[in-house]
Amino acid sequence: MADTQATGNGVKLVLAWLFVGIPLAWGVIETLLHSLKLFE
Amino acid sequence: MSFFDKSRTVAPPGYSRWLIPPAALCVDLCIGQAYAFSVFNLPMTKLIGITKSASGDWLLTDLGWIFSLAIFFLGVSSAIFGRWVEENGPRKAMFTAACLWGGGFIISAIGVYIHNIWVIYIGYGVIGGFALGIGYISPVSTLIKWFPDRPGMATGMAIMGFGGGAFIASPLSVWLMARFSTPTHVGVAETFIALGVIYFCFMSVGAIIVRIPQPGWKPAGWTAPAQPKKLVTTNNVYVYQALKTPQFWLIWWVLCLNVTAGIGVLGQASAMIQEMFPGKVTVIAASGFVGLMSLFNMGGRYCWATLSDYIGRKNTYYVFFLLGIVLYILVPQTGAAGSVAGFVLCFLIIISMYGGGFSTVPAYLRDMFGTRYVGAIHGLLLTAWSMAGIFGPVLVNYIRQYNVTHGVAKAQAYNTTMYVMAVLLVVGFFCNLLVRAVDKRHHMSAEQEARAMA
Repeated sequence: MADTQATGNGVKLVLAWLFVGIPLAWGVIETLLHSLKLFE
Repeated sequence: MSFFDKSRTVAPPGYSRWLIPPAALCVDLCIGQAYAFSVFNLPMTKLIGITKSASGDWLLTDLGWIFSLAIFFLGVSSAIFGRWVEENGPRKAMFTAACLWGGGFIISAIGVYIHNIWVIYIGYGVIGGFALGIGYISPVSTLIKWFPDRPGMATGMAIMGFGGGAFIASPLSVWLMARFSTPTHVGVAETFIALGVIYFCFMSVGAIIVRIPQPGWKPAGWTAPAQPKKLVTTNNVYVYQALKTPQFWLIWWVLCLNVTAGIGVLGQASAMIQEMFPGKVTVIAASGFVGLMSLFNMGGRYCWATLSDYIGRKNTYYVFFLLGIVLYILVPQTGAAGSVAGFVLCFLIIISMYGGGFSTVPAYLRDMFGTRYVGAIHGLLLTAWSMAGIFGPVLVNYIRQYNVTHGVAKAQAYNTTMYVMAVLLVVGFFCNLLVRAVDKRHHMSAEQEARAMA
């Protein structure tokens, strides 16, 4: 029972962090690429 | 409406507290779009002329009010609705923010469609501004209750999201406008509708995920220190009682002065680096510098707030003020020496501390006033941000203009401003120095606590 709950929590955690992490990472990469213009 | 009631958001046993930061980020990443609103300014000056501004098109000065109104109503709504957010729980508050934020975009789209700027002032400026205020404070006290062992890190993560929202909004808005534009139509209205729907859905997910801990819940293996630190209270102060303490007003000034010093240069960064290093820094390189500053603004929000869990809030602000003074004094020297690298380094650290000031302050308030009304007290404190938003840019722009009109070379026109900023930080240092633990007479009695719980 405890194992099932832990697995469920783990899946929810991964999904929740991917849900916010993917757009944030995309935005950070876009900004970082733009920032490189300072060093050109 | 029972799904949104506070009682329905109490976490079941075994619920992972690490689901709360993504719930908070769902809201903060969306409302952080406000920092990227400027991407709409130029297209909105060509809604009639399409390729260039025509008679009847809006002016940039008209459009500038949209963002100003939104930030003004952020301060107003966080101050007014702080207690409501605290008493009704994060789910209702986050869903309300989602409705207002999405609705604000839809109303603004109607304003663009019928070409009436007052509709946009009300849609994005007033309704969107209310969403900003309610959304910004809604996850704060929930995170602090879930992370009593690391409140700085937890709130830093959420407030980092507000800084990071612009990174997503800016390229997304440009992409959407390109998709919806035709040779005879600028796709701003459709972009607003798309953003309104996307943000409503994204924020609603946060409202669904969020939970509050059961009363008396503690992280596994963690026990509250038997001997609490001198500046960390285990008591609670009622929201309006906090206004009667010197600590609230000292921290208000600490935040206001720290933000004033950063916000002025943030808005002028591109012009400043080009004017201080004429011929050395191009427009494109300057825009890269602005992007880099945004990254440090966001990173500083997480890193400084996390550090404050280890060195304490008061010490963290000491670092902001002392290091800030040194760096602001160094900036004119880097200009005189022609050191672009030195200038960039100084400002990246300064801007990280600007972000850190925002993210460390909720935990500072929790240390002073307890967890019960920290979200509402934080809401009241955000009026310092509104004030700094006026002072900072005015100081930088007017001092520069005064110097230029009095014959100072543009490369040296910012020197006085830097020294003024350093003086502001000296004042902030002394405000922070005066912060002591809140007097016992301000603490809530057991009876008041029980009434508040009921």
